[in-house]
Amino acid sequence: MSAYRDKDPLIHGIQSKIRVVPNFPKPGIMFQDITTLLLDPKAFKDTIDLFVERYKGKNISVVAGIEARGFIFGPPIALEIGAKFVPLRKPKKLPGKVISEEYILEYGKDCLEMHVGAVEPGERALVVDDLIATGGTLCAAMQLLERVGAEVVECACVIELPDLKGRERLNGKPLYVLVESR
Amino acid sequence: MVEMFAAENGLKGDPRLQAISNAIRVVPHFPKQGIMFQDITTLLLDHKAFKHTVDIFVDRYKGMDISVVAGVEARGFMFGTAIALAIGAKFVPLRKPKKLPGEVIAEAYELEYGSDCLEMHVGAVEAGERAIVIDDLVATGGTLSAAIRLLERVGAQVVECGCVIGLREVKGQRRLNGKPLYILVEPREIDGCYY
Repeated sequence: MSAYRDKDPLIHGIQSKIRVVPNFPKPGIMFQDITTLLLDPKAFKDTIDLFVERYKGKNISVVAGIEARGFIFGPPIALEIGAKFVPLRKPKKLPGKVISEEYILEYGKDCLEMHVGAVEPGERALVVDDLIATGGTLCAAMQLLERVGAEVVECACVIELPDLKGRERLNGKPLYVLVESR
Repeated sequence: MVEMFAAENGLKGDPRLQAISNAIRVVPHFPKQGIMFQDITTLLLDHKAFKHTVDIFVDRYKGMDISVVAGVEARGFMFGTAIALAIGAKFVPLRKPKKLPGEVIAEAYELEYGSDCLEMHVGAVEAGERAIVIDDLVATGGTLSAAIRLLERVGAQVVECGCVIGLREVKGQRRLNGKPLYILVEPREIDGCYY
């Protein structure tokens, strides 16, 4: 589901603040840069408010954010809805005991880690990142949460690249995005 | 250099500071032997204590005409964005090399062994803006010092650096280019060992 139809003026404002940087990190990729959104306090606040409005009062106790841009959107959402914030990180960054989930990249593999004990069985969780492309990272994030017995209620991203069909990789889990970029 | 601990600057006896300190976990020998790592992820799991942390910084900075909150990757992001949103400032991520997609300026800083680099987008901050820098912890001040230099290079005024955790300065040695530093709590100890 995307927010597009219901909240057109706010969404348009948010979308207009996202900068496209061609050929980053390599030729052919049109990179969706959210740092320009963060430079506009109103648009940034609107972004957070849209997520908070959706998730407040839904008994969500965990917001998991994917390193590093998930750390920009996740904590403010967690604070507003009264949930804990759980950072999901690249290997060797988290200092305590972790569980790991591997995922496939275009070339090669990478790994996402979560602290043992951060999330308890039965907790209702969101996964937050700035963007969903192929869905590989979000998928790994969901796996980590489900492995410790949490229920992933929804994945939430600012931007979706629908042509990469990441939505289909989410094992039927709902995805909520604010902006689509084709 | 003015180093201010919250408990000695207006928040003496504030129970929120104890709650924040109690929520921080010490992980011995991470990332290597001898280092008592101050882990703030447990603070993020404690909604009340996390909110107190942000609220204390917001109360301090909201009346100070701050238009830029710069957060140091990656733990500075976790505290900095909520502060920026609450005080109506822009958030500017300061990142490790090659992460920011647009044109950047870079500032090198020293590590214990070798050096690293912090980058900021060109055009993110304008000359004359009043800025604060946020990170989870300050040790030698090397990273914060690089952050200050980046902001000053584009003509911003760094009003203060804010950190959740910081050691007391050792013999007046902390590289912060003369900028004030505001710290919420000191590092936690295990069995009387200091970080």
